[in-house]
Amino acid sequence: MVSDAKPKLAVWKFTSCDGCQLSLLDCEEELLPLAKEVEIANFREASRAVIKGPYALSLVEGSVTTAEEVERIQHIRSVSKRVVTIGACATAGGIQALRNFKDVQEFSALVYASPQYIETLSTSTPIAQHITVDFELQGCPINKRQLLEVITAYLHDIKPTIPAYSVCVECKQRGTICVMVAHGTPCLGPVTHAGCGALCPAYNRGCYGCYGPKETPNLVSLSRQCRHMGMSTDQIRRELQTFNAYAEPFRRESLSYEK
Amino acid sequence: MHSSPSINDQLIMQCEQFEQLLQRLQQREYHVLGPTVRNQAIVYDTLTSIADLPKGYTDEQDGGSYRLKQRHDDAFFGYAVGPHSWKQFLHPPITRIWRAKRDGSSFHIAKEDKGIPKYAFIGVRSCELHAIAIQDRVFLQGACTDPGYQERRQDLFIVAINCGQAGGTCFCASMQTGPRATFGYDLALTEIVDTRQHFFVVHIGTELGAEMMDGLVCQQASPDDLQRDEQIVACTAQTMGRQMATSPVELKGLLARNLEHPRWEEVAGRCLSCTNCTMVCPTCFCTTVEDVIDLAGEETERVRKWDSCFNLDFSYLYGGSVRASAKSRYRQWMTHKLSTWYDQFGSSGCVGCGRCITWCPVAIDITEEVRAIYDSEQKE
Repeated sequence: MVSDAKPKLAVWKFTSCDGCQLSLLDCEEELLPLAKEVEIANFREASRAVIKGPYALSLVEGSVTTAEEVERIQHIRSVSKRVVTIGACATAGGIQALRNFKDVQEFSALVYASPQYIETLSTSTPIAQHITVDFELQGCPINKRQLLEVITAYLHDIKPTIPAYSVCVECKQRGTICVMVAHGTPCLGPVTHAGCGALCPAYNRGCYGCYGPKETPNLVSLSRQCRHMGMSTDQIRRELQTFNAYAEPFRRESLSYEK
Repeated sequence: MHSSPSINDQLIMQCEQFEQLLQRLQQREYHVLGPTVRNQAIVYDTLTSIADLPKGYTDEQDGGSYRLKQRHDDAFFGYAVGPHSWKQFLHPPITRIWRAKRDGSSFHIAKEDKGIPKYAFIGVRSCELHAIAIQDRVFLQGACTDPGYQERRQDLFIVAINCGQAGGTCFCASMQTGPRATFGYDLALTEIVDTRQHFFVVHIGTELGAEMMDGLVCQQASPDDLQRDEQIVACTAQTMGRQMATSPVELKGLLARNLEHPRWEEVAGRCLSCTNCTMVCPTCFCTTVEDVIDLAGEETERVRKWDSCFNLDFSYLYGGSVRASAKSRYRQWMTHKLSTWYDQFGSSGCVGCGRCITWCPVAIDITEEVRAIYDSEQKE
């Protein structure tokens, strides 16, 4: 696979905490093999050196929350053969998309001494709402193994193996006892996209839904069961309005509980 | 006078001899697996002695609910079935099938150093014996044989347990799969426990079972002992938490006649398509294969993982998933389990263990779904 002209990889940041980019640095022992296969051309977390595009693969972290970002994402699309969005911010708007449910002017006035200097859009939106995206890798933060799988798949021109089924599958594969059934702990696992390896239930916690909605999630049925287990409608709304609050199935269900 | 036990013998085994039996299995290099308490549930895991068994524990089960409770006695097997099934050992959730390395323009397959353990299962229920027999038909008796399953299965030693109580979601009696173990075991035990005594009636099923009992100090069971054994299992059969509306053979036709029943749409409204029912089912056997390639494209491996008919990719053909709706996926699962399984494997795919009811997060109950369709036909 090694050729003189290695494909150029770029990593871009929008509105985000940088945690998903760190997943790439977390790859540690795979970083050198990765650097052998691709030219890391634009990755500010790792290096100040920037090599000009076009890029074979752009990884985009973060959501669009400013007018400048609306412009910049268009430019990135135009210089990238493939765009893969990484993390809950880029794929669903992130935790900062909580503003989409409220009045951002009101927040700014409360938080900042001089809100007139704040330039922000009234919404935080996923990248795919602005440009065509080739693949969305969900998770808050993303799983480094899955990131490597996506990069590897693009290098070899094959479809990445990122199953869109529920976290329950991962619980059962590792033999974890269902916290919902055996402990009565409400859990978002049955509606949440696999990828984390079912981390929280393995430590007796219900799934927080960090990986966003799975394929064909049935939020109505799960939240009915959570009410049956004693959760208040306000608790359910709060459970759903976290990192993936603006992902459509979570958004729709949580809005049904808005007063 | 000591005489060697033989097939069909019925012996009385005290707890001390039960411990000796486990030690003997370990000495014969069996990996001994059985029920043990972990994380507020009774799971199947390695046993080193009878002290690892869930002594004095029971479970309370209902749709979408499982609670571990204390018993008022010291029974080792005083519970129904838990979240795990023996499937996880005979048909593991994740198995590497092969690995390969690039070799110039070709490749070579790396030799697998498998080292398959010889398993002894302790405390296998009648429903689970039926489930193992069903998976045997799937993996060993079709046109193709699964070599991994065959290796894990061939040296398996089974100590069955006749159920001393039924769980809240059990319905083996109506599926004609229990609660008494009638085949497929080396030894079958009935546990008898009260304030004065605690022992097992041992039914010897195979030569190997007889050999394992040989030398353990056990008396022949008396008619009284055997009568208690009968009573215990009969009582279990009468206290099943659930019941199918009709016989297994009738279910085949019932569902086949009702593929467009409005109930499928109704259950789809509740179904999470989370796959839990299929993962806990001791007979569900479907898998997918994933290829894992390294960055350089020098090494690859093919991994087999449990899959489920509730996943979209399961029915993905060029252009999309054949069963896109939850309705079609739930119907596929239930009609296969109870109806078309007969066409494919000559029996029902359901053994009445109740796991799919207990471990469904939203308490969907296969017996209730059958009853809804059955009742609507009775009204016509």
